[in-house]
Amino acid sequence: MDYGLKPLGREKLWLWLMLVPTIIGLVFGTIGSLFATLGLSLFDWDLINPPTWVGTENYVALFQNKNYIEAFVNTLKFSALYVPGVVVISLLLAVLLNRKIRGVGIFRTIYFLPTVTSAVATALVWNMIYGKETGILNFMLETLGFAPICWLCTNNAMMSVVIVNIWGAIGEGMIIFLAGLTAIPRDYYEAASLDGADNFQQFFRVTLPLVTPSIFFQTLISAINAFQAYDYIYMLTRRGQGDSSVPVAVYSIYRNAFHFFRMGDASAQAIQLALLVGVFMAIMFWWERHYVVYE
Amino acid sequence: MSRSFYKTILDFLAYVLLVIGALTMLIPFVWMISVSLRLPAEQFSRNIIPDPFTLKNYTDLFKDLPNQAFLYLTYNSFKLSLLSVIGQVLTCAMAAFVFAIVKFKGRDFLFALLVATLMIPPQVSLIPDFIIFKYLGLIGTQWPLILPAFWGGAFGTFLLRQYFLTIPRDLVDAARMDGASLFDIFWRVYMPLSKPAVAALSIFVFKDAWNDLLHPLVYLPTDMQQTTLTVGLAFFQQQLQAGGKFTVLMAGAFLSIVPLLIIFFIAQKQFIEGIALSGVKR
Repeated sequence: MDYGLKPLGREKLWLWLMLVPTIIGLVFGTIGSLFATLGLSLFDWDLINPPTWVGTENYVALFQNKNYIEAFVNTLKFSALYVPGVVVISLLLAVLLNRKIRGVGIFRTIYFLPTVTSAVATALVWNMIYGKETGILNFMLETLGFAPICWLCTNNAMMSVVIVNIWGAIGEGMIIFLAGLTAIPRDYYEAASLDGADNFQQFFRVTLPLVTPSIFFQTLISAINAFQAYDYIYMLTRRGQGDSSVPVAVYSIYRNAFHFFRMGDASAQAIQLALLVGVFMAIMFWWERHYVVYE
Repeated sequence: MSRSFYKTILDFLAYVLLVIGALTMLIPFVWMISVSLRLPAEQFSRNIIPDPFTLKNYTDLFKDLPNQAFLYLTYNSFKLSLLSVIGQVLTCAMAAFVFAIVKFKGRDFLFALLVATLMIPPQVSLIPDFIIFKYLGLIGTQWPLILPAFWGGAFGTFLLRQYFLTIPRDLVDAARMDGASLFDIFWRVYMPLSKPAVAALSIFVFKDAWNDLLHPLVYLPTDMQQTTLTVGLAFFQQQLQAGGKFTVLMAGAFLSIVPLLIIFFIAQKQFIEGIALSGVKR
């Protein structure tokens, strides 16, 4: 790109002054701390005694640490349920709302509400809704003649937490897909209609291929959110001892760093999380090159 | 069967699906408000309409929690969220302007580097940042939540740059002819013309800061005069549930989302356009 205003004389200084905060952020906030975390992961350090060099021991230990493996597997399970859930439901919503029907604005507002409100506040009420003896969800099940479910017990907690997270995320996905859908030229549908394509054929032959950029974007965002899911899990599955019935990777990082002050272990886990994100992104960008249709 | 009949059925089904979905989305909010308006004895009642109806939980929230905790929590959340907005808007806008408009060596590299940091999960910087703030003696103060807002960020810079690029270049040339400096062009031409994008970014930043749980949990003491609403509510969850006071807890939860609901209803358009802007224009 060769657009641009040429800075005159002293303005060179201004230019860099305007960039100072961003550069500080890169050094301390993101890139610098990536290297710092990488470095810390090679030490044992409790913040009190001097750090001791352990090399790759922390990484080796991760694979023998049952708690960490459980947390890592939970993160993968959570993502495998959450990402398709969010993408499919929000795409379906957007398709349903991208038509001339009454009350589109009201629907859009309602579906978007959980995206705006804090996970902490809504988790408090979900906790009540999921109550085994007193919750309204089990009340509804019993009214319909089903047996009550212990929603937040160890067996079901994962599913319950995924449901709440999807509930909290489809509003944003819906907006992304609506933006993608309205960008599809109407002529395409008219042409398809003239060729005798019915609604379903139009959806699979016209809509779906042309929203692949939005699907790509939304899958990426949802997966990154899934790998970092924390708030609802903390609020819904936290137990008396401070541990969780569905520990995930971020939970494990947080506990190791700020409860047990095992900075080396926590750093190694953070690096693993970053690697997971990196590998996933590489796969997604490969997929983008082969399957995403840009006009 | 005729085509229009088929279409009517389909429209009807779509409508039913949307209404059922909307009710599911709303139930938690309705239930939150409903429980917050009941007497504690009625907290597990299955009636949506509170009977008898009471506002006592809301007054209890301010009276019963020790040392006016709820007022402090609300004040802290407002203060930290507003400071985050100011910091992010200022520092991201400056960087976005430079990246969008000014020509200098290393610009494209620096911008690519910044965008690449979007891929680094924030948990990675949590540990080194904690250690730095510990050495600066700032753990237990609100500074670790304020300072990072003033060091820019990939998302905000990217969002504003996208918008700046849509502003006609003629304006820059005209301002240049009138002898305007770089900073003048930024402050007097670009910022006033970018109100929609600035509004969108402000809303995002406010929302994220207001709803943040992890960072206040790490940096702030669990002292109800120092910490934020999210941490406070999580703390009271354990206390109030044990004391069987779900009603007061729901009143607190509802009050904590009111500011965001108000902002959302006023600025829904910016909110939604902001998300679309971040997702579509690449």
